[in-house]
Amino acid sequence: MKELFIILLSTILVNNYMLARIMGTCPFIGVSNQFDTAMGMAAAVIFVMSLAAAVTWMVQYYLLVPLGLGFLQTVSFILVIAALVQLIEMIILKMSPTLYRALGIYLPLITTNCAVLGVAVINVREGYNFIQAVISGTGGGIGFSLVLIAMAALREKLNTAPIAKSFQGFPLALIITAQMAMAFLGFSGFNLEKLFGL
Amino acid sequence: MSAFKEFKKGLWAESPTFAMLIGMCPAMISSTAVSNAVGMGLAATFVLVFSNLFISALRNMIPDKIRIPCFIVVIATFVTIVDLSMAAYLPDLHRILGVFVPLIVVNCIILARAEAFAYKNGVVDSIADGLGMGLGFTLAVIILAIIREPIATGKILYAKDFGFEGIKLIPAKFAAALVDKPVGGFMTLGFVLASINGITSRSKKAKQASAACAAKEV
Repeated sequence: MKELFIILLSTILVNNYMLARIMGTCPFIGVSNQFDTAMGMAAAVIFVMSLAAAVTWMVQYYLLVPLGLGFLQTVSFILVIAALVQLIEMIILKMSPTLYRALGIYLPLITTNCAVLGVAVINVREGYNFIQAVISGTGGGIGFSLVLIAMAALREKLNTAPIAKSFQGFPLALIITAQMAMAFLGFSGFNLEKLFGL
Repeated sequence: MSAFKEFKKGLWAESPTFAMLIGMCPAMISSTAVSNAVGMGLAATFVLVFSNLFISALRNMIPDKIRIPCFIVVIATFVTIVDLSMAAYLPDLHRILGVFVPLIVVNCIILARAEAFAYKNGVVDSIADGLGMGLGFTLAVIILAIIREPIATGKILYAKDFGFEGIKLIPAKFAAALVDKPVGGFMTLGFVLASINGITSRSKKAKQASAACAAKEV
């Protein structure tokens, strides 16, 4: 149980997908313009990342490993993720049109978010079991969302600030991201095992 | 002659990293050293040229509704080829780039060129476009790496796979390891983009392109 908590905490803070591993910069910078869209994207990312982690784990250990098809990992993972996103979109549309209105437009964007494929590949490389993989996927999603929402809140304030012309938009967004990454570096000093007495 | 024009535009005027602002994750991960930058850039170029070639050749056979999954399968095939060859011949580079080699498959540049160019144009133009965009990306990553590598390690051109020890530029005690971390990547790209904006005042174009990056991923 403690071990799972450590995986969760480390994927949220220490190995944050956006700030420590640099995955998902495009949606991060693209969607963090407005607070509301960032919230929608955040919810969709948590949802898809935890599901994708579960499904790709099953593909890897019930399909690719028994059949000796390890070299098809990249192809099968990205196809499974693309199909999964499409499926989720259809299910949500059928079950809850309200939720679809909130999440719908963000779902197709997620297929090209490298964090989703990244979490699938990293889970296999770390040799996680099923529960650990799902926790790591959920933690990755929460970590990405945390940073995305914080960034959106910061950028809303920046709209009214006087900024030098060359720094407007992307350059300043990247420099703010760098400062957030620097703050998150502080978490890498945590010794999580020691903190929880393992 | 039009093929040459398609090739040339990717190098600087429509450079994927500096003008269209896409594919930033691999740019920042691989710009820690010039050798990593060259490796990642050439790997992406290879995938880009061949995916453009095949998608352009098959464009009349790919049904419009499922074109994105079709593109992804073509791209993923070449990414797998790169991944396995790099693991065999350049093990150290493969270890450093790690999970980012399979992640070339979700590099926005490749999917964007497939969707925006190769699906609509002929084979020769598509190859030229892929080559130009790929080399434009390589050039951009090398520029970032030339700034980051000496500041981070004090040396430049360190490449373990080829046995280069690197050229010492500044004493090791002045090196700032922070620049090697993601912080340095975001910071360097931010300042380089701001400098480019300042010099050529292309900020208007960049804003349009950033909107295109967000819209393109749909």
